[in-house]
Amino acid sequence: AGDGSGQPGSAAEGGGPPAPQRVLFPPTFSVSEIKNKQRRHFMFLRWKQQQRKEKLAAKKKRRKEREALGDKAPPKAIPKTIENQRVYDETTVDPNDEEVAFDEATDEFAPYFNRQTVPKILITTSDRPRGRTVRFCEQLSTVLPNSHVYYRRGLALKRIIPQCIARDFTDLIVINEDRNIPNGLLLSHLPDGPTAHFRMSSVRLRKEIKRKGKEPTEHAPEVILNNFTTRLGHSIGRMFASLFPHDPQFTGRQVATFHNQRDYIFFRFHRYIFKSEKKVGIQELGPRFTLKLRSLQKGTFDSKFGEYEWIHKRREMDTSRRKFHL
Amino acid sequence: SPQVIWDTLGNRQFCSYKITTKTQNFCRNEYNLTGLCNRSSCPLANSQYATVREEKGRCYLYMKTIERAPFPRRLWERVLLSKNYEKALEEIDENLIYWPRFIRHKCKQRFTKITQYLIRIRKLTLKRQRKLVPLRRKIERREKRREEKALVAAQLDNAIEKELLERLKQDTYGDIYNFPIHAFDKALQQQDVESESESDAEKEEDEDVDKREFVEADDSELSDFEDMDKLETSSEEEQEEEEEVEKVSHSKSKGKTPLKGPGRRKRPYIEIEYEEETEPATKSK
Repeated sequence: AGDGSGQPGSAAEGGGPPAPQRVLFPPTFSVSEIKNKQRRHFMFLRWKQQQRKEKLAAKKKRRKEREALGDKAPPKAIPKTIENQRVYDETTVDPNDEEVAFDEATDEFAPYFNRQTVPKILITTSDRPRGRTVRFCEQLSTVLPNSHVYYRRGLALKRIIPQCIARDFTDLIVINEDRNIPNGLLLSHLPDGPTAHFRMSSVRLRKEIKRKGKEPTEHAPEVILNNFTTRLGHSIGRMFASLFPHDPQFTGRQVATFHNQRDYIFFRFHRYIFKSEKKVGIQELGPRFTLKLRSLQKGTFDSKFGEYEWIHKRREMDTSRRKFHL
Repeated sequence: SPQVIWDTLGNRQFCSYKITTKTQNFCRNEYNLTGLCNRSSCPLANSQYATVREEKGRCYLYMKTIERAPFPRRLWERVLLSKNYEKALEEIDENLIYWPRFIRHKCKQRFTKITQYLIRIRKLTLKRQRKLVPLRRKIERREKRREEKALVAAQLDNAIEKELLERLKQDTYGDIYNFPIHAFDKALQQQDVESESESDAEKEEDEDVDKREFVEADDSELSDFEDMDKLETSSEEEQEEEEEVEKVSHSKSKGKTPLKGPGRRKRPYIEIEYEEETEPATKSK
């Protein structure tokens, strides 16, 4: 069988113009040219084992060399991660950038950050919410202080927005539901602020989290915003920050985290305790979910005539695995 | 004849409009009045037949009579019914006068149902409709996978803990948390630095003082023997005192470490001599 499989290989090589430089001793064959599936599979496994052995041997050799060199050994190579290899985004915010600071002083969140407005949030759902969504809304309202849940009775968003503004609400959250699970979140800053539409996934209610902590109390939580580097990320981060009251009550020891990783925003709500000055323990309470930004629109919700600042276009934006936008 | 048609198509042989299910037979014919496959509902097997159908929101009454059976093109006669519900019912009655009761009744029933669903359509189009967006399976799977990987890469707990500890270090929490060790260590480290510089300065000063004292002692030898003795001893003691001060400061800087052996040994010496010494030292100065 070895000879038989050797023949097609050598025939392939002999078939070309006889080039004496390219003759291989002994005549090899590639595993993929064997017609018999069982045999091919067997040869492939054998080849794989051989590769593995070689790799192991190379590793050992390298380790020995490193030990032999001792201090003079070259430093260990840093492994490549997706975050390391991320395509540099030109809109990354530099902390000292004046233009960004100026923009932020004059954008829609300036009144919040100047302490002129107090956040008041309205949470609602799409039509006919089912039990899971309703419970999620309730839990969300315990996380966000000064928030109210209202049942949506088939009202159009464009009609309720002026009413909300009249009643001094600063933010509107609409949780879209499909087939009994919440799957979308629309966050609109009210006095003509930007509207962000997210896709929401892996929602866990409080009872589904393995933590056994008590309910979140009424204290204002702290906010942690991680990894919002680009301009877009910055504005989304400010949007999240404006949901919470300015002064967190540290006695409550609660913290809400929005962590951005590879364009997915993970939301967690914890209670922390400092066991010593080098060690802190955290206990998860409250719902958790992940968000992925779909679009950011300049004014309040207006899908037809609104001016979109950013829309996720799959064909253009998902081409590279190392490029992230937030 | 209709009976023959029913015997062949309806009951026994194949009818292309017939759909059989476990419990019932349905008829797919568009002119069928009830939708079921029955002897009385089959439009093929009844030479006199009528239906109500709607087109673009208007209802029509279709009638088939035996006189037009050989003319398939003119077979179905169409009558537009009025938009008014009661008037339309009267029109049906007018047109189907002397027709079998079954067909009249079923026509009116069908007409009622059609008007009801037309009303519903009109109401629904005024409300917001759910836009169904088709999911692409490959993309959904891809997103899900990426989310899982991102979650693993995020190491959320570690990140949160790190952030909280940093905030503690930067004193955002103010005085709520007392961690004396930490603050003490810091303060002591600072003191270490200061005390080293102090001890250097002290050493320099001491040297100057020593020098001065030597000078003074030389001068005072002539004046007072007692003073000279005291001054000599004072110089020695002051040296010891300086050493002791340094040692004490060092021990202080090491904070919680208890005063070690030599420190302890020095203590009794120091206390006694210190007390004796200060008064003459101040006097001499």
